[in-house]
Amino acid sequence: MRLKLKDLPEENIFSSGHTACAGCGAAMAVRNIAKVLGKEVIIYVPASCLSVFNGLFPNCAWTVPYHHTVFENTGAAISGLSRAMKRKGLDDVTVVGIAGDGGTADIGLQALSGAAERNEDVIYICYDNEAYMNTGVQRSGSTPHGASTTTTPVGKLTKGNQDFKKDVPLIMMAHGVPYVATASASFPLDLINKVKKAKETKGFRYLQVYAPCVPGWRYEQSKTVEVGKLAVECGMWFLLECENGRLKINREPKMKNLETYLKMQGRFRHMDEKQIAELQESIERKWEFYKGYADLTQRLYSGSEASV
Amino acid sequence: MRRVVGSNYATAHAVMRARVEVIAAYPITPQTQMVEHIAKFINDGIMDCEYIKVEGEHSSISAVIASQAAGVRSFTSTASQGLALMHELLFSAGGLRLPIVMGVVNRSVGSTGGIWVEYNDSMPQRDCGWLQMYVETNQEVHDMILQAYKIAEDKRVLLPIMICSDGFILSHTVEPVELAEQEEVDEFLPKYEARHSYLDPKDPIGSGIVTPREYRQEFAYQIHRAMLEAKDVIEEVNRDFADAFGRDHSGLVETEFMDDADAAFLTLGTVTSTARGVVRELREKGKKVGLVKVRAFRPYPVEKIAEVCGDVKAVGVYDRSVSFGVGGPHYLEARNALFDSDVPVIDFIGGLGGRDVTEADVRSIYEVLLEAAKTGKAKRNVEWVSTRGVALG
Ligand SMILES: Cc1ncc(C[n+]2csc(CCOP(=O)(O)OP(=O)(O)O)c2C)c(N)n1
Ligand code: SF4
Repeated sequence: MRLKLKDLPEENIFSSGHTACAGCGAAMAVRNIAKVLGKEVIIYVPASCLSVFNGLFPNCAWTVPYHHTVFENTGAAISGLSRAMKRKGLDDVTVVGIAGDGGTADIGLQALSGAAERNEDVIYICYDNEAYMNTGVQRSGSTPHGASTTTTPVGKLTKGNQDFKKDVPLIMMAHGVPYVATASASFPLDLINKVKKAKETKGFRYLQVYAPCVPGWRYEQSKTVEVGKLAVECGMWFLLECENGRLKINREPKMKNLETYLKMQGRFRHMDEKQIAELQESIERKWEFYKGYADLTQRLYSGSEASV
Repeated sequence: MRRVVGSNYATAHAVMRARVEVIAAYPITPQTQMVEHIAKFINDGIMDCEYIKVEGEHSSISAVIASQAAGVRSFTSTASQGLALMHELLFSAGGLRLPIVMGVVNRSVGSTGGIWVEYNDSMPQRDCGWLQMYVETNQEVHDMILQAYKIAEDKRVLLPIMICSDGFILSHTVEPVELAEQEEVDEFLPKYEARHSYLDPKDPIGSGIVTPREYRQEFAYQIHRAMLEAKDVIEEVNRDFADAFGRDHSGLVETEFMDDADAAFLTLGTVTSTARGVVRELREKGKKVGLVKVRAFRPYPVEKIAEVCGDVKAVGVYDRSVSFGVGGPHYLEARNALFDSDVPVIDFIGGLGGRDVTEADVRSIYEVLLEAAKTGKAKRNVEWVSTRGVALG
């Protein structure tokens, strides 16, 4: 049964009093994710904005067990937690890692890949704010083409990020894990139902959640939901779901209004026509790819349950 | 049961007997066989545990930190580059007060080095909040793995511990080892019940929350206190073990001929066996030499060293590692322990990269020490043993 927003509990498991910026997309997503996960969970968070805004000692916004050590080990840490729960016979406890895109696409990719390949019984959630925000907006592997960050500045030689966004969800699909999905803080209904499905699935589950960031993307703090919605409309982010190898597109993008999306945000405002055209071309290719990939996998894996 | 085995087998057997429930480990020479033995035990159905075959050592230590934080007895092992790769997480294990046991098979780390014993992998980790003990024989490795859990889990300690053994010299040399039976281990080391805070949805805690300036210093002080208290615990557990198994490894330090020695030599690890032979031979010739086998490097047995070296006239310290531009790490510790004494303390750096430390080397070390005992002075504070182009003394 699909969840509705009113099905979520009143009580916040990720409690108010955390210190995220006003309008933080990651905080919005995490609050809803926590409500679906419920209380029988253990949460691991690596170094990231979340590890800071979830409270400094002796405060902690989590009302469930919370663990943190370093930046690049989420995949391994949740493996250890999950095996420990298995030893204790606590099969109802869901082990969840929540990492930023830097901790996922870059420094943590090795541990993530290892955990996925072992099909550890865990949920890995990447909140994707498309840069290293905690350290002050440096580029990550997940930063989109053209975006200016403090390490891909707009200068004389180049203007913004010259590389293209790394497609971690696709990398995870290639690992053949039971569940991979993308979601967005701006589509809470879609998000909570994907978290629910992840919770009900066994084995390694990967979710990447688009999470607009006010100071990093430089937009008006009341516009978080709008920015996230536009991203899906224009094809800068796709809502996808891959179950046992079969990819499904949850929402058809209109593939238009890219310029409106870009102009809303300070990080893209410098982009000229040529750069925008390059970006448009890249997202169109991506869209064609996903459509084809979805058709192909629906055919190839029809009827498959677990073996991918 | 007595069997002829290498230290990797002895370790794996002890880990099985300790009823460890989560292991994450990654192969590296000369520790590799340990990973293999454990895989075989599990696959043969004689060991019941979760074995996480991680993709590297940064992940093996991350995983066992997490499983131990969840209240489950955990184990990992590594050597050399693997230990260096773990470095970042060693601080987390110490800081979170997790009684993890790690088997370290010492091997040189970095360039230019090979696969043979040196302590430049473990000794640079001394400030991470881990206990470190060094052993001489395969029996001692086996016995110390069992003792390690009892020491680390003691509520006065609650710190992780490394049992360090010399690569190849122990790992790839077989010796008769008395392998413990399950019933005797169960009696000595009861099933693990995490009594300190751990991750449990029934009683949620935050573990490893980012800590502001107002608190960090007190946490650090508590680790320091626990490390100091660990000295008593190491001695106690050694006595308990000796009572239960009839093998006494002497706790923090073991001494030979120290009652009336003029020259003492402080060793760690397998070089002790070589030195033991030489000391006995020199005693027969009437030379007043003694031997101090240092077993704990963290906590360093400062008081014990000062006590056993109280009446000697010269002290030599063996170092299988270098702190460049200063001397050996063990030398610095020993000199600190002997701060109040005015006898010469001389560092002997040797055996680097697995080079043999021979009886002839130890004889020349004692010669230098006896000379210093006579004159009351060291010609040089730091000596490089059997080093081409460098003469001793
Ligand atoms: C080994 C290591 N390198 C660098 C850092 C510094 N650091 C902490 S968080 C962070 C960036 C986090 O970025 P991301 O994962 O995208 O999360 P966000 O801050 O954007 O939420 C960096 C570089 C660190 N903690 N550890
Ligand atoms: S910097 Fe961005 S991601 Fe970090 S708390 Fe602020 S809005 Fe959220």
